[in-house]
Amino acid sequence: MRFLLSALAWILDPAHWAGPTGIGARLGEHLLYSLLALVLATVIALPLGLWIGHTGRGRAIAIGTSGALRALPSLGLLTFLAVALGVGINGALLPSTIVLAVLAAPPILAGAYAGVEGIDRDVVDGARATGFSERQIVTAVEMPLAAPMVLGGIRSATLQVIATATIAAYLGLGGLGRFILDGLPVRDYSQMLAGAVLVTVLALAIDGLLLLLQRSLVTAGVRAATGVET
Amino acid sequence: MRWVVANWDQVVSLALNHVLLSVLPILLSLVLSIPLGWWAHRRRTARRVLLSGSGILYALPSLPLFVILPVLIGTQILDPLNVVVALTLYGVALMVRSCTEAFDAVDAGVRDSATAIGHSPGQRFRVVDLPLAGPPMLAGLRVVSASTLSLVSVGALIGVPSLGYFFTDGYTRSFLTEIIVGIVGTVVLALLFDALLVLAGRLLMPWVRATDTRREDR
Amino acid sequence: MTRRPVRLLAAGAAMLLALAGCATSNPTAGSSPAAGSSAAAGTIKVGSANFPESEIIAEAYAQALEAKGVTVERHMQIGARDIYIAALKDGSVDLVPEYTGNLLQYLDPKTTAKTPEEVNAALAKASPQGFTTLTPAPAEDKDSYNVTKQFSDQNGITSLADLSKFQGQLKVGGNPELAQRPYGPKGLTDVYGVPAGKITFTAISDAGGPLTVKALKDGSVDMADIYSTTPAITDNGFVTLSDPKNMIMSQNVVPMISDKVASADVKKTLDSVSAALTTNDLLAMNARNQGSEKASPAKIAGDWLKEKKLV
Repeated sequence: MRFLLSALAWILDPAHWAGPTGIGARLGEHLLYSLLALVLATVIALPLGLWIGHTGRGRAIAIGTSGALRALPSLGLLTFLAVALGVGINGALLPSTIVLAVLAAPPILAGAYAGVEGIDRDVVDGARATGFSERQIVTAVEMPLAAPMVLGGIRSATLQVIATATIAAYLGLGGLGRFILDGLPVRDYSQMLAGAVLVTVLALAIDGLLLLLQRSLVTAGVRAATGVET
Repeated sequence: MRWVVANWDQVVSLALNHVLLSVLPILLSLVLSIPLGWWAHRRRTARRVLLSGSGILYALPSLPLFVILPVLIGTQILDPLNVVVALTLYGVALMVRSCTEAFDAVDAGVRDSATAIGHSPGQRFRVVDLPLAGPPMLAGLRVVSASTLSLVSVGALIGVPSLGYFFTDGYTRSFLTEIIVGIVGTVVLALLFDALLVLAGRLLMPWVRATDTRREDR
Repeated sequence: MTRRPVRLLAAGAAMLLALAGCATSNPTAGSSPAAGSSAAAGTIKVGSANFPESEIIAEAYAQALEAKGVTVERHMQIGARDIYIAALKDGSVDLVPEYTGNLLQYLDPKTTAKTPEEVNAALAKASPQGFTTLTPAPAEDKDSYNVTKQFSDQNGITSLADLSKFQGQLKVGGNPELAQRPYGPKGLTDVYGVPAGKITFTAISDAGGPLTVKALKDGSVDMADIYSTTPAITDNGFVTLSDPKNMIMSQNVVPMISDKVASADVKKTLDSVSAALTTNDLLAMNARNQGSEKASPAKIAGDWLKEKKLV
């Protein structure tokens, strides 16, 4: 408790907020790293997941790959990419974005295909019978109906990415991980815990925002029709 | 490859440490989460507290937790127990949700029938709820296993030896082979643990395969 | 199956229900990792800092002691000074390799000692209760500020004293903890008069290793803290800036040991290791570790001990 209080005092100290190494700047960097990774992961995993859900093909491969990706230690992948890509500290954003995207992809993929698979096949067949093209089925039927689970996947990915984006600091980048890695060698527990608290609060705050978004995006009709609990 | 051969002893000893550090958190998270999950399944307030608590814990970065634990639980700073306790907390955070949802998913009709044929609540838990919740709980445990094996390596940053040593040491001297050995070793261990869990599941829950085929047909 | 969005249970866990089952027995269980923390009596717990040279020296101590029949428990790459000193104090380790100047500055931040003799004398007094620093080795390795030849020529900078006349923003790279050390950016300001606002510090977590070297080469930083026994300094033709005001103190390798385990035999063994260890040995050993051979610290230390006929 004493440490938590000293961490809070550290956060509330106005001197720790200003400048390029202050909390404000670090928060911004943290969000930027997270956003980059989430965009990259979504661009790849979302269409793939919708396609798997729609066609029913490649599901086994997707599950296998997702499982294998989850077993990949982030610290290992990070150091591997940092050394293998040879981009030095100037280009450190590249390995860190890839690592975080690898973390984000499986939940987004799973949310997408599980969302589509969860749709009543009669609804899809009905749409097909009334003359919808496959493209129309995906965009007008499957995507709206799968939206809650798709967003659920993105939310889950976001939470993990924000919590893990601290590792960017290991490559010399900024972000809230800076407070953790700078506090570690000098045993500055207040600073380390402050970093941890900021990361946790940020992750949960964004998670809450996404939950609100998730609720607002699901149309009343879909909510009534599927009884989706969000 | 030559490096691997020359340093084989170190690879084995670090892998062994990795396993020892992981086994306990994985088992403990299952053992602790079953009663917690049951409690959350039965009581609304418990559900709220446990599930939001596990959400917060899961969003907490691991490194500060490793570092602060000695102060909180009075261990020495290099005690592997710090890592074990921290990983157990993360495991429970994941597993409580799995267990709660697993108990939720047990068909109320089946439960009522069990009561109707005269099972006491304790018997019902043992012969109905637990077996029926078993498969989704194991699915959750497999996630815990993979995530624990991956997180153990972070301990390398605070001097607790595991395959993670190859990441920090390899990074310190820009040596790819060493980092790859660490990654491959971790993934191999994860697959091994997963296979063991699946095998244990088949032995303990032979009835599951029947549902397996039905699901595949969907 | 519930329709609840899959949240923390990432990916297709729910899809894997089919093959599930409950594991309550585990063939690999049986020994607790928590055991090992309290070593048996007569065991010496050897620790090292989180960079390769420290681990190599710690291995040399460990293997020399083992050759004398002492049981050794290893805790390598613990972390930075603050962490392994805390580990010494709480009994997690008994013996670590240290560097005289930085250690003294850490234990006594106000110290005025400069020469090796002054440093050694002051260190003997500054050691915390229950711990002793033994006789230092001739081997020296210290933090050193390095710039590229090009940067040195273009700006006429060969000494830390020249930095104050540098016009642009000075980008400094080094360990994260350097930001807090008296010879870090603060020292550049206080001792050499470089305005704090003109220094940008970039933390690189590889202990002055290849990434720090690369950062210096590709211009990500203008000046980098690289340990003086790193072969890359001469390999890349870097200019090590001289330090006329001795901001970075004299540094010799020295064992720091808990009095509980420092028997006469143990001290004698460690002293013989220290007596044999030279700066060139450190350079050669670091080259084996970081160069193409990538030998392990244990192997390097073992070979060195044999070469010096210490085992």
